[in-house]
Amino acid sequence: MKVLVAVKRVVDYKVQIRVKSDNSGVETQNVKMSVNPPDENAIEEAVKLKEQGLANEIISVSIGDDKSQDVLRTSMAMGIDRSILVKSQNTLEPLAVAKTLKIIIDKEKPDLVLMGKQAIDDDSNQTGQILSALLNWPQGCFISNLKIENNKVFISREIDEGIENLETSLPAVLTCDLRLNTPRFASLPNIMKAKKKPLETIDIDTLGIDTSSKIKTLKVIEPPKRKAGIMVNDVKELVQKLKYEAKVI
Amino acid sequence: MSEVQREELNYDVVIVGAGPAGLSTAIKLKQLDTNLSICVLEKASEVGAHILSGNVFETKALDELIPNWKDLNSPINTSVTSEDFLFYTKTKSMKVPNFFLPNVLKNHGNYIISLSNLCKWLGEFAENLGVEIFPGFAASKLLYDNDQKVIGVQTGDMGLDKNFKPKDNYEPGINIKGKVTVLSEGCRGHLGKEVLKKFNLDSNNKSPQQYGIGFKEIWEINSENHLIGKVSHSVGWPLESDTYGGSFCYHAENNQIYLGYVIGLDYKNPYLSPYDEFQQFKTHPDIKKLLDGGKRISYGARALIEGGLQSLPQMYMPGALLIGCDAGTLNMPKIKGSHTAMKSGIIAAEVINDHINSNKELSEYESKFKNSWVYEELYKARNVKPSFQWGLIPAMIFTGLDQKIFGGKLPFTLQHKHADHESLIPAKKAKKITYPKYDGVITFDKPSSVYLSGTNHADDQPNHLLLNDKDLSTNFTIEEYDEPAQRYCPAGVYEVEFDNDLQKKILKINSQNCIHCKTCDIKEPSQNIEWVTPEGGGGPIYSGT
Repeated sequence: MKVLVAVKRVVDYKVQIRVKSDNSGVETQNVKMSVNPPDENAIEEAVKLKEQGLANEIISVSIGDDKSQDVLRTSMAMGIDRSILVKSQNTLEPLAVAKTLKIIIDKEKPDLVLMGKQAIDDDSNQTGQILSALLNWPQGCFISNLKIENNKVFISREIDEGIENLETSLPAVLTCDLRLNTPRFASLPNIMKAKKKPLETIDIDTLGIDTSSKIKTLKVIEPPKRKAGIMVNDVKELVQKLKYEAKVI
Repeated sequence: MSEVQREELNYDVVIVGAGPAGLSTAIKLKQLDTNLSICVLEKASEVGAHILSGNVFETKALDELIPNWKDLNSPINTSVTSEDFLFYTKTKSMKVPNFFLPNVLKNHGNYIISLSNLCKWLGEFAENLGVEIFPGFAASKLLYDNDQKVIGVQTGDMGLDKNFKPKDNYEPGINIKGKVTVLSEGCRGHLGKEVLKKFNLDSNNKSPQQYGIGFKEIWEINSENHLIGKVSHSVGWPLESDTYGGSFCYHAENNQIYLGYVIGLDYKNPYLSPYDEFQQFKTHPDIKKLLDGGKRISYGARALIEGGLQSLPQMYMPGALLIGCDAGTLNMPKIKGSHTAMKSGIIAAEVINDHINSNKELSEYESKFKNSWVYEELYKARNVKPSFQWGLIPAMIFTGLDQKIFGGKLPFTLQHKHADHESLIPAKKAKKITYPKYDGVITFDKPSSVYLSGTNHADDQPNHLLLNDKDLSTNFTIEEYDEPAQRYCPAGVYEVEFDNDLQKKILKINSQNCIHCKTCDIKEPSQNIEWVTPEGGGGPIYSGT
């Protein structure tokens, strides 16, 4: 089985996000960037499948500028065999990402595609779903458990009522939840080995697809500041305030 | 825990810490002999993420290391265009005429930079030369051979829970060995501290080492208040005249100012809170006006090493060198340590190259250092900091004479009298200090400040702030000094709580908040707190600040 993992480079989750002073977007210059956290779960799961002998080749793909090589090297340090960077100067929307991934998938012919359930920068949560439709493959979203047996895929996903267990077949697109696993640390020797693993670069303009934006960003602003809390003396005062000042009960 | 199998890697040179000193050593070594294999370990999640500095940068060492840096898209863009030195009282400020200022305080030809960005750039430069840099890996232990020579370091274990039990993602640290190990961890490095003691490197010092704590906030301010290239320093209010310290304010690119405060850790009153002095400083009418309508975008704090030449230890030992602020090469009256740290790193590279390729001793470091311009600078600067034990005004008059008339060449050397942990007076003899409440507009509480620093440590990992004697704070420090840790820590790591079971006050350590400034390791009156490396990749993210 061949597994393909999609990886996005995003502002590190620990960084305090700052809106640019011209309100055109979020500041990314000189800001620490990392692998999108649920994508790390996807990488970890692919590496596990290889360790279990279920996958024989695992590859990672990212779309972005040259700096996105970082996240691909990280994925290879965690155990991915080789990587593909689709070079694009523009930020792509989920449809364009899915179209790009489809072209890579048509070429690489993986049996399973794994990716994070959503990216923490735009929180779109669409790419996996659109991709499965474009490929006409089954999809499993927000998976928190995965088992593959005799070409059958058993997944669990958390829903409002509890855990939903589903079965589907390969090939499939699965998007990973943070509960799926604990991503490993890349060890220092493996980081060194990853520097020598193959990383292919493809220019997005050579793919012949429309990657133009369908959405226009008018303005990015910070959420309103929360007001400071107050101390109340007793329950009676609390109820009064909730009822007549906050008007929530 | 049982002994684990550890992988081993071998290099010619192992460098601990990707700051200005360590990266200069790495770059210079590759320039001298491209075949040398060099490994740089960095505990931050990326190069530059634990670098916090003013910073007005003097390019002297960089000019030597990378003469064509101006053509290489470096992050050094903002020339100093104007400067002033101010004396503050609570409501007023008095400008000291530039004519009276000693040369060390003149910044013409220097640049306002983000040292974090410069280190990132130096890191990329080094990697292009073939240096292997590993961010996210803390050098937690030194390795010695049977003759007690340093032969490398062990990286910290990753994925341990707070009881040192391996978690799912456990990854044991590895042994990285080198013909020479370079310790460039910055001020009060924990391996540097170990070798100082083990090899008695400071036994010939005339003075104990001196430290300060520095704060830095970046503000985006109204363009009408912003004057790119302007550098201001101040002394005076809110500090009492017996406390060494002052402010800096540098107008950088993009309407940003780098606003900060440095306080000597030899302060006496256990009720003094360096953090609150800085917050209060911002309420001075001059600063308030400057910040009006602006927005704070980052916060950080770091200890700095101020002892200078009198406190500088021997910088070589069997198998290793101690350089930059890990040794103490900062020039205090200049308030600059980057160029001297870099030069100490360049000298280290020359000595190591001679050692590996021509069998020369590492002790050559001593004479090479003495014949360099760093030594000359530190020699001229040596009497300034100790003169401040006489109080602000006498010290300023003395410094004027010493620097302006005698050029730092007076025929005597003043000494520092006490180590910083010895300077506190008991709480009952000290005056309590009440600081104003934070307004949430220009002054802020510690939690919201730490939040801005991006500080994070993986949950459930072992505490990295160790108490040598677990009960000492309860039995002594809380009582005697009203636990100064709750005030000197700039990140709110230390809190005093009443324990109902013990019916006593206890010290609570929130080590996940730690911004790796090392102040507790320095200032704790009984030297009871030991800062060790947490899991690699943790701590603040000062990238871009």
